[in-house]
Amino acid sequence: MKKTATALAALLALGLAGSAGADPSEDAELSINGEPPLITRAPAPAHLEGALPELISGWLYRDEATRAMEMDDFDNPAMVFVDQGLDSWAAVEGSAGKSCAACHGDIESLKGVRATTPKLNAAGALWSVEDFINDCRTNRMGAEAWGWSSDPMLNMTAAISVQSRGLPVAVEIDGPAAPYYEQGKDMYYTRYGQLELSCANCHEQNNGNMIRADHLSQGHTAGFPTYRLKNAGLVSIHNRFKGCIRDTRAETFNEGSDEFRALELYVAARGMGLAVEGVAVRP
Amino acid sequence: MTRIAGMLATGLAATLACGMAWAETAPGAVQYDEYGAIAASLTGAPGDPGVGAKVMSSRAEGNCVACHQVSALDADFQGNVGPSLDGAADRWSEAELRGLVADAKHTFEGTVMPSFYKTGPYIRPGDAYTGKAAKGELPPILTATQVEDVVAFLMTLKE
Ligand code: HEC
Ligand code: HEC
Repeated sequence: MKKTATALAALLALGLAGSAGADPSEDAELSINGEPPLITRAPAPAHLEGALPELISGWLYRDEATRAMEMDDFDNPAMVFVDQGLDSWAAVEGSAGKSCAACHGDIESLKGVRATTPKLNAAGALWSVEDFINDCRTNRMGAEAWGWSSDPMLNMTAAISVQSRGLPVAVEIDGPAAPYYEQGKDMYYTRYGQLELSCANCHEQNNGNMIRADHLSQGHTAGFPTYRLKNAGLVSIHNRFKGCIRDTRAETFNEGSDEFRALELYVAARGMGLAVEGVAVRP
Repeated sequence: MTRIAGMLATGLAATLACGMAWAETAPGAVQYDEYGAIAASLTGAPGDPGVGAKVMSSRAEGNCVACHQVSALDADFQGNVGPSLDGAADRWSEAELRGLVADAKHTFEGTVMPSFYKTGPYIRPGDAYTGKAAKGELPPILTATQVEDVVAFLMTLKE
């Protein structure tokens, strides 16, 4: 009797939370500028071994107003920064007197980069998009490296991500990439900090639930860099990781650390099949 | 050095709250039974349910409402990562609730619920929410007095 009452109360509480705007939305479609919709739900890849029943983009967990901002490039506040990234793509900088365009031509030539990175460089080390950018700047242009979360870096990674909009995330996780994948996976399940919470505790076990005012998603990276309304600016993948680990009352890792590169690969692999959003908007 | 400062701080807080600092059980000395319950009060004195309610709502202290819905609390944005605590005192005894608040992992193995009255070991313990490394051993998230205050409040949750 008491048991039933409790179960009922629990159901009621859940039901109430549900009607208070909890998603993920069942039917919203991420059609940007009226184009055919991007893949925001995908079957979970085999390497996840059943950890998630289905992949769901963070976009589907957001409220209607936030979702709408991403559906039109005129309303998407990130696009201003994409334009600035395009400007610096064409700008000559550094002692070699070159711009990015001087070597790569149109930025469209970088289609696919966002979808397949992080990946191994020629020397076999795992690199994020930021590393490839700084390699060009320092070794080919004779220009200074950009800080990981500096404005020009965020603008450039955003402009590059737009080139992959709609392409499914498809990172390499086998062969020489496998040790990085395993390292990232270990981190994903490590319960960091005084609160002893792992990425999986929040994004695998509790996506769809509310943690205080935040509606937990599956924590995918396909929309990154992301425009965060809270920051009124772009946020890099490593910056997001840093914040999530800090919130467990832990000593976090640095942006651009080897640990975060490995974690980035593993989290990207969890989202394989979801479309690159080419600058998501999130609360 | 930090240890002593920490102990002093905890002692002081307890003294201010109830004047029974001498009776306090340190985190490492707490006795859990096989189901995770703690029979004895951590302070030897009854908790204050009013203060407990505040500890449960405050982000800097218990922040229990981040994960639990509690109708009796006037806190916004109550979460649902954990079960609703309405009627908790009908389901659990005082000793069981004390165990759940102090370290729920004794009752629910592997639970996501943080342990509020323990000092580690932790993986990469931080200095609160700064993202920086902890300076020395961390005091428990809640003091013994706060744990008792929270337990006293939970005991009022009857349906
Ligand atoms: C204490 C809970 C918690 C933990 C632990 C946590 N996160 Fe998060 N994370 C959040 C919240 C809240 C948000 C914002 C809502 C959302 O998008 O899920 C978020 C957002 C994210 C996002 C952005 C998703 C999007 O669609 O924009 C990523 C990526 C992410 N987390 C990855 C991680 C990784 C990797 C870890 C572990 C290193 C981690 N999180 C640990 C709470 C957590
Ligand atoms: C990060 C999430 C989280 C936080 C913060 C949290 N809890 Fe919990 N709590 C849980 C979960 C999840 C359970 C269910 C146990 C399980 O199945 O793992 C639980 C179970 C409980 C129970 C037993 C509930 C029942 O009726 O079965 C009590 C009592 C409780 N918590 C009290 C508290 C108090 C008091 C605080 C703050 C001092 C707190 N919790 C903070 C997640 C949390």
